[in-house]
Amino acid sequence: MVEYSRRGFIKGGLAAGAVLGAGLGFPHVLPAQDKGPIKIGVLHSLSGTMAISEVSLRDVVLMAVEEINAKGGVLGRKIQPVVVDPASNWDLFAEKAKQLLLQEKVAVVFGCWTSVSRKSVLPVFENNNGLLFYPVQYEGEECSRNVFYTGATPNQQLIPGAEYLMSKEGGGYKKFYLLGTDYVFPRTANKILRAFLRAKGVPADNIAEEYTPFNHQDYQTIVGKIKRFASGGGACVLSTINGDSNVPFYKEFGNQGLRSENAPIMAYSVAEDELRGMDTSALVGHLAAWNYFQSVETANNKKFVQAFKAYAKKANLPGGDKRVTDDPMEAAYFGVYIWKQAVEKAKSFEVDAVRKAVYGQTFAAPSGTIKMHEYNHHTYRPVLIGEILKDGQFKIVTRTKGLVEPEPWSKYTSPDKGCDWVKQKGTYQKKA
Amino acid sequence: MRPRFLVLLSLVAWLAAPAAGHATPAAAPPPDIARALAALAGEDADKREAAVAVLGRTRDPKWLRFLAALREGSVYSRTRGGKTEIVVGGSKSTRGDQDVIEIAAAYDRAPLGAVPLAALKEVPADRRLRLAVKPFLDADETRAQLADPDPAVRRGAAVKLGNQAEAGAVAMVEEALFKEPDRWARHALAEALALIRLAHGAPDVRVGAARALGELHSASAVPALQRLAADAAASPAEREAAVLAIRRIERWGLLTAAVETGFQGASLASILLLMALGLAIVFGLMGVINMAHGELMALGAYATFVVQNWFRAAWPAWFDAYFLVALPVSFLVAGAVGLGLERGVIRFLYGRPLETLLLTWGASLIIQQGLRLWFGAANVDVSAPAWLSGGVPVMAGLTLPYNRVFIIALAAVSVAATYWLLFRTSAGLRIRAVTQNRAMSACLGVRAGVVDATTFAFGAGLAGLAGCALTQIGNVGPSLGQNYIVDSFMVVVTGGVGKLAGTILAAAGLGGLTKGIEPALGAVFGKVAILVGVILFLQRRPAGLFAARGRNAEA
Amino acid sequence: MPRRETVALGIAAVGLAVVLPVCNALPAGSPLAVSNFTLNLFGKFLTYAILALGLDLLWGYAGVLSLGHGVFFGLGAYAMGMHLMLEIGAKSVYQSALPDFMVWNQVKALPLFWRPFHSVPFTLAAIVLVPALFGLAFGYLAFRSRIRGVYFAIITQALALSAWLVFNRNEMKLGGTNGLADFKTIFGYPLNQPGTQRALYVVTALTLVAAYALCRWITLTRAGKVLVAIRDSETRVLFSGYSPAAYKLFVFVVSAALAGVAGALYAPQVGIITPAKIGVLPSIEMVVWVAAGGRGTLYGAVIGAFGVNWIQSWLTTSYPDLWLLFLGGLFMGAVLFFPDGIVGALGRLAARARRLTGGPTDRARLDAALLSPAAPGPARPPGSEP
Repeated sequence: MVEYSRRGFIKGGLAAGAVLGAGLGFPHVLPAQDKGPIKIGVLHSLSGTMAISEVSLRDVVLMAVEEINAKGGVLGRKIQPVVVDPASNWDLFAEKAKQLLLQEKVAVVFGCWTSVSRKSVLPVFENNNGLLFYPVQYEGEECSRNVFYTGATPNQQLIPGAEYLMSKEGGGYKKFYLLGTDYVFPRTANKILRAFLRAKGVPADNIAEEYTPFNHQDYQTIVGKIKRFASGGGACVLSTINGDSNVPFYKEFGNQGLRSENAPIMAYSVAEDELRGMDTSALVGHLAAWNYFQSVETANNKKFVQAFKAYAKKANLPGGDKRVTDDPMEAAYFGVYIWKQAVEKAKSFEVDAVRKAVYGQTFAAPSGTIKMHEYNHHTYRPVLIGEILKDGQFKIVTRTKGLVEPEPWSKYTSPDKGCDWVKQKGTYQKKA
Repeated sequence: MRPRFLVLLSLVAWLAAPAAGHATPAAAPPPDIARALAALAGEDADKREAAVAVLGRTRDPKWLRFLAALREGSVYSRTRGGKTEIVVGGSKSTRGDQDVIEIAAAYDRAPLGAVPLAALKEVPADRRLRLAVKPFLDADETRAQLADPDPAVRRGAAVKLGNQAEAGAVAMVEEALFKEPDRWARHALAEALALIRLAHGAPDVRVGAARALGELHSASAVPALQRLAADAAASPAEREAAVLAIRRIERWGLLTAAVETGFQGASLASILLLMALGLAIVFGLMGVINMAHGELMALGAYATFVVQNWFRAAWPAWFDAYFLVALPVSFLVAGAVGLGLERGVIRFLYGRPLETLLLTWGASLIIQQGLRLWFGAANVDVSAPAWLSGGVPVMAGLTLPYNRVFIIALAAVSVAATYWLLFRTSAGLRIRAVTQNRAMSACLGVRAGVVDATTFAFGAGLAGLAGCALTQIGNVGPSLGQNYIVDSFMVVVTGGVGKLAGTILAAAGLGGLTKGIEPALGAVFGKVAILVGVILFLQRRPAGLFAARGRNAEA
Repeated sequence: MPRRETVALGIAAVGLAVVLPVCNALPAGSPLAVSNFTLNLFGKFLTYAILALGLDLLWGYAGVLSLGHGVFFGLGAYAMGMHLMLEIGAKSVYQSALPDFMVWNQVKALPLFWRPFHSVPFTLAAIVLVPALFGLAFGYLAFRSRIRGVYFAIITQALALSAWLVFNRNEMKLGGTNGLADFKTIFGYPLNQPGTQRALYVVTALTLVAAYALCRWITLTRAGKVLVAIRDSETRVLFSGYSPAAYKLFVFVVSAALAGVAGALYAPQVGIITPAKIGVLPSIEMVVWVAAGGRGTLYGAVIGAFGVNWIQSWLTTSYPDLWLLFLGGLFMGAVLFFPDGIVGALGRLAARARRLTGGPTDRARLDAALLSPAAPGPARPPGSEP
């Protein structure tokens, strides 16, 4: 043991020395270059609890970068992505954001998934005048000068989903069980949904609200409650359950004899990429509301899906050509292109110029042509409702005719507030 | 009703027949149908809706199938020789630079070959049209479900009919009830019938229906019964029957809730036990704080995933058997990794439990990221075999899921096997000897190293087995283990380190208590209450339920 | 304190608290300049080091392993965070006097327990007292009934898990999963100014020096000797007429208070505090810093906290996909090859060098002997004592 330790100690010492030596070289400052590649940051968790969702966003952003570089880059400069791993650690998000902006001096950052990670980097972007493209549907009630939100606002997802279930076509449901994971998105979402349902004349007794912690696995008790709530019929579930908890929830739902015909679940946080990891048999027939599905039939989408599968295969990503695309991935993907177009319009990488150039920018995205809002930093998108199929894809049951205007401040809960970065300074009070 | 079933049978037979084989050219459709088809291709929404009604009222399965295609948006119109023709689209492909689509005739689906997509115009299935289609298809679907060979599907259809409570469905339900062999499907049908009668019958029928619902302990009838009991227009007899029925149903509800809570407690306890058993051996007997225990469970779960994929690819016919193979495979995979860990690194650290914590923590990071790199960061899909899906109804209003019943059985078997191994075999004797006094055992010729290795591997294997079982109730992802590790430690410590009986009792106690207080406090505060309870409990008994006594106690 | 150590401490103090901030104030082009980012990063690491000191005092000296120190860190950070949230006032997104998260949580009035945090002195007192009192209550219950060894480790883990669950609940009115964030000013100074950050850094560095001196002083007193004796054989200490529970409780409270102070310095520098910092995993990571640096030597804990985090920060950028493999391997390697951490390894390297050059070896051997028992400790697998 002693001999062993001594030998090991020298070897290990050398290794540690090498690691430390390399570590010491770390706080280097790269000189700004004018002709070389332009750096962009990719800030998605590659480990920890959120890796399950965020890795795919990293992949799709890198694919967009590769496509753009293959066509000559932006303003004649190649894009060089700087990928970091904030490890699902909220304070590491802030540290990495600072590093990307201050040390790597990136022109733009694509990143974040959870609201808390966005809130954690928000001051960093605002203090250092950075630019963040945030690709996930969220609770709204935010209006930052340094963030472009390419995912849905509540009125682009939550309300159409509830409206569909209330319609004759959707089944004319009259009782609503609002079930979510306990964090800001479900809380705010349910606040808006409740206000909406009450405004539509649903009595308070017919709305139930419940929250479970992150990674909750045991849904026996809650499904029991839903069963009692649904006895007598006409009840549905509006679910903002996040990630990991969905499989046990749906499995328990099916096992206790509840079926999508009698009591459908409208999910706001279940997309193709999560379904890939689930035994979908329990989910078939349940619904989801999004702004994009892989099954959207447009030529652009076909190209996008094929390109992503080919990219996953070529880059040797786990899953290879079995990988799927979904709403946040689409939003992350077209975010890169919107930025590119804005840079080309502004003829500059400078944040303020690019920001102004983003307003009103349109792009032929996989889900159809989308448009950046003229002043509120969010995105006009179509709303789609899909039914989960056995293969983890969605059958689109309804979609809006055109694009739905984003409302960062819901008219049901904050009718007095608006968001405008052209005529106002962000969030402002509307005049009565 | 018989002829309808014959129609259905013929539809099934027709569906089973080769699709393109012997299609005869369709005779010209009757004039009203032809008009309806023409209207569908038109722009007038009212006419389109009327056209759906015309087709639906034929009750012809072929037209219903056409309506289903219409709802899915795979109906097209094309103009040929100045006439508009309605066709159903099939699979699409790309030929050269244009998209082509297989099309078939609207009524009998006689194949009409592949045509360029551009030559067709989609008949749009807007909301209004889909709305018109739905009732025709629903009625048909329910009827088909009532004749399904799977009793669970028949039960589901009966529940749906009961919830809809439409007067027109009485004949259908009565007939199905007459033929129904399955006890619980009969129960659901009787309930549906009573619900319909309660909604639409004459006063005396309603009294009977209310009484029947009370006897059936129908929880879903409570809202309707409450309305009846409060209905001033109803007769006193009706109201009394309703009140009696409600009372009866509610009493039964208390009973089912109690049984359900008991079962849920047993289910949670068995999961805790499965997870903690391996840890109790490794931690309790060997003094290794194995932070990688959760990752060994994850390995077992991924082994199950791999076996499943293997069956899916090689023997799809035997797919349901994959789980039986996955159980031993996951045990062996996790056991082998455990063996490697023990021989490779942990054996240098015996007697230094707190350092094994750091070491196995490092190992857990590596295993976790390794799984992430190999299988991807997203969760993977492990399907339940058919024999573990669904549940067994045991009483009105209570269905016990098969997967949980299975896990309870698996936990019982694992415990029995562990006991047998430790207390009835010579290997177990050696393990206990090394645990109690390593030096003395070594002097007496026990090869302590071999015993350590096999014990650790066995504990790791049990973790793998737990991981395999967990695939049936939760997700499989790289960080699966972290969700469970603290609970496992809690069980072992509450039970008393090194005491298997304590582990079992602690798992049962914690599982039962958690489920007992969860309805009152909610999931989170229930769990907090349990954790605080454990901390306070250790106050009273600092070494757990079954403390080691005598000279070993002061270790 | 030995003179050599005092001198070393002084040099380290000057280096950390004076030289680095001065370098930071240099213009960006100069070769010695330290960027705002680096200084801020170091500030964060130094708060970790303060926590690691307390943890090492508890584990390395008294042999009590706590897997729940994230809770005390979090309590201090939340106390500071609550004050900072109230300082924002109506400058928040919702332009309401209430903290943002209360608005979306439909809390109409400021909860009672938030009110005192308007006051700066109260906040400063709470930063030390809340974790200390909580530690006192928990420690009293645990040590009185002689819960020890792995049992103590596991119940502190239960503590971390329950605290994490509770802080995640929005009902607690502490911001739920999102925690407290988006601070604007600290005691009136804007947080986004480099000057404020530099001042915070200096305060952190000075606190670390003071904390080191405090811990060193404790280890040099009679109580420190008793602590080591408890670590090595609690039963014998008990039989010698000392009350191990009282000593353990004392050191537990000190380490809880240090963790609280560390948390309070952490919140304004990082700009966010969430329950994710409280849970089981961060608490284990804290123990890992101490173990990697060298348990039982105070400067080992500081070096460990600094080193592990620095390496992690570097790896997550340079090898975003593989860093966990490296880090895991590093921990495993550290346990196998340097059971007494980086510091122990360096000590042995020095001893070996001295032996090779024929220098005085007695002192080195003595050092090694003093250092190494810290690692194996007295613990055996339960039931293994004959």
